[in-house]
Amino acid sequence: MAKNEVTIEKKEKEEIVESLLTPGHKACTGCGLALAARTVMNTAGKDIIVTAATGCLEVFSTSYPHSAWKMPWIHSLFENSAAVAAGIEVALKALGREKEAKIIAQGGDGATADIGIGCLSGMFERGHNILYVCYDNEAYMNTGVQRSGLTPFEAWTSTSPSGKVSWGNPTEKKNMPAIAAAHGIPYVATASVAYLKDLEKKVKKALEIVGPKYLQIHAPCPLGWAHEPYDTIKVAKLAVQTGLIPIYEMENGVITSVRKITKKAPVEEYLKLQGRFKHLFKKPGFEKELERIQAMADATIKKFNLM
Amino acid sequence: MKKVIEGSMAVAEAVKVCRPHVISAYPITPQTHIVENLSQFVADGDLKSQFVNVESEFGAASVILGASATGARAYSTTTSQGLLLMTEVLFNIAGLRFPVVITCTNRAVSAPINIWNDQQDVMTIRDSGWILLFAEDNQEAADMHLQAFKIGEHPEIMLPVMVNMDGFILTHAFEPIEFIDQKMADEFLPPYKPELYLTTKNPLTFGILAEPDWYMETRYRLQKAIEASSDMIEEVADQFKKTFGRYQGGLVEKYRLDGAETVIVSMGSVVGTIKEVADELRDKGKKVGVLKIRAFRPFPKEAIYDALKNVKNVIVMEKAISLGATGILYDEIKAALYGKPSQPKISGFIAGLGGRDIPKESIMKVIEKGEAGISDNVFVDLKENLIGGK
Repeated sequence: MAKNEVTIEKKEKEEIVESLLTPGHKACTGCGLALAARTVMNTAGKDIIVTAATGCLEVFSTSYPHSAWKMPWIHSLFENSAAVAAGIEVALKALGREKEAKIIAQGGDGATADIGIGCLSGMFERGHNILYVCYDNEAYMNTGVQRSGLTPFEAWTSTSPSGKVSWGNPTEKKNMPAIAAAHGIPYVATASVAYLKDLEKKVKKALEIVGPKYLQIHAPCPLGWAHEPYDTIKVAKLAVQTGLIPIYEMENGVITSVRKITKKAPVEEYLKLQGRFKHLFKKPGFEKELERIQAMADATIKKFNLM
Repeated sequence: MKKVIEGSMAVAEAVKVCRPHVISAYPITPQTHIVENLSQFVADGDLKSQFVNVESEFGAASVILGASATGARAYSTTTSQGLLLMTEVLFNIAGLRFPVVITCTNRAVSAPINIWNDQQDVMTIRDSGWILLFAEDNQEAADMHLQAFKIGEHPEIMLPVMVNMDGFILTHAFEPIEFIDQKMADEFLPPYKPELYLTTKNPLTFGILAEPDWYMETRYRLQKAIEASSDMIEEVADQFKKTFGRYQGGLVEKYRLDGAETVIVSMGSVVGTIKEVADELRDKGKKVGVLKIRAFRPFPKEAIYDALKNVKNVIVMEKAISLGATGILYDEIKAALYGKPSQPKISGFIAGLGGRDIPKESIMKVIEKGEAGISDNVFVDLKENLIGGK
């Protein structure tokens, strides 16, 4: 065994020991969400208290009698992650413990953009000092890939299937970052598991800002998107490189940074890797649908000045 | 010192001396005066609580859940539609064993929309794992809040408690109220110090997923905890008497039960009217008594049997119904007496829904009916012309 190999092994072990998400959890192979959550937590460090909405995250990491987390964690319900976090924040203040921990609330796209949007809006509007993280895998994955408000245009889901008279989900993604920003909160950002350094930077920055923060992380789900587990990063990268998923920061309502597309990819390249879009390449008249999606990507590129 | 104040103010004053760290609520009639008073206390600096105005009752219940999980004493208040909107969180709070206190200013449930009093709202959450207490008057309602925190926060109980008081009839009624001294309150109710809470010093996971191998035992333990709270409710009532000199009963209050042949069982403010009727009938030589249910959960079946075993006629009068079945209290009173050696005759009456007044004459008629035979699920004072009758 070469000397440097021993060193690497030791370093990996140390990283595992230090990680706030410990091995042994039940996430699927190639899970974008697990990668995103681990990165958020490890970047934030152990002095945090976190809430989680019902969904894959709590199911794969906190099945009694095990918990994969090494920081204080609470899961209450599907729709109240932001409100429970608000309760924690005011309790820390009332108990004189506000310096003890930073608070991170988490939810999937369904918990955030659909069922929990009321509690989230309340948390933003009241100005709680909380980082809200939305893990966006574009459908209700925990219940078997049903459509959410963040499911993209013409994606197949089990409740927006393609069929003889349907091309899949008829609507575009709800613009959650814009909704968050409309509350006048100081920091809104999007990120992707394809660019972990960028994600780390944004988590660090967000946690230094006082007030409500919103971070939406695009996180592929191999099961729900029907792509190979080893393609998670490739798929995530293509989502960004096509322009379909813009990566940017908004501070006090103004866009302050965008991740430029280094090598523009046609949307076909992104869609083809995923079973949820396979009907777009089969049914007669598909070229027109692809053109529509390409036009959406181009519009986003233009809107955010991504190139 | 006694002062004539509104019921909502009496409750707000009582909540104040409990020193809740966090209060979160959403306005709904007839609960509003309680939260208005509390927010004024906070605005004036008389109460050092974090007061969180939320976007819904669902949010309010979630905020106090999060606060309690962090080790804070937390309070909310609601009623009717608000309670229904909280329902999902209420079950969760009990399952997580967080001893928050909520005042429910009991009100009818829509449709048709109706802002007046009955007790249908709280009955919808009777299976949630909350301790449910019912007050007859405003002094009892106020005192019950101190008792509620003390019962719920006991390390062997760790359960949420709901104080029920009839909307408008109590919340908006002015009565002479004995103010609770802060020093005495502090002595009776020490600071909340839970063993387990969210802290970086001891990072724990709350709200886990329990698969079939684990779930049932958590429900069993919840059942055991709420059963164990029976003794605690009695004990705390005694302790309250020791500190403040007032005693309103523990699980039940027995009123003129000595040698009673007919006993009316009920909950909430109507008990006051029923007591008056009993007094009048006793004056006429009739052996009538009243059994007031203070704790509906835990359901005090032993105390109830003990109070009713030598009675001829039991008359249950309640302001709620399990539609498609029967009066809920009626049903449970029958169940408490089922299979016991002594079997009184039991009648059930539904009265006062949606704020319909329950005058003494109506109670007299109910007693006559209950003594004459068995009345099952009879709606009191229905207007025949409104239900297709003559």
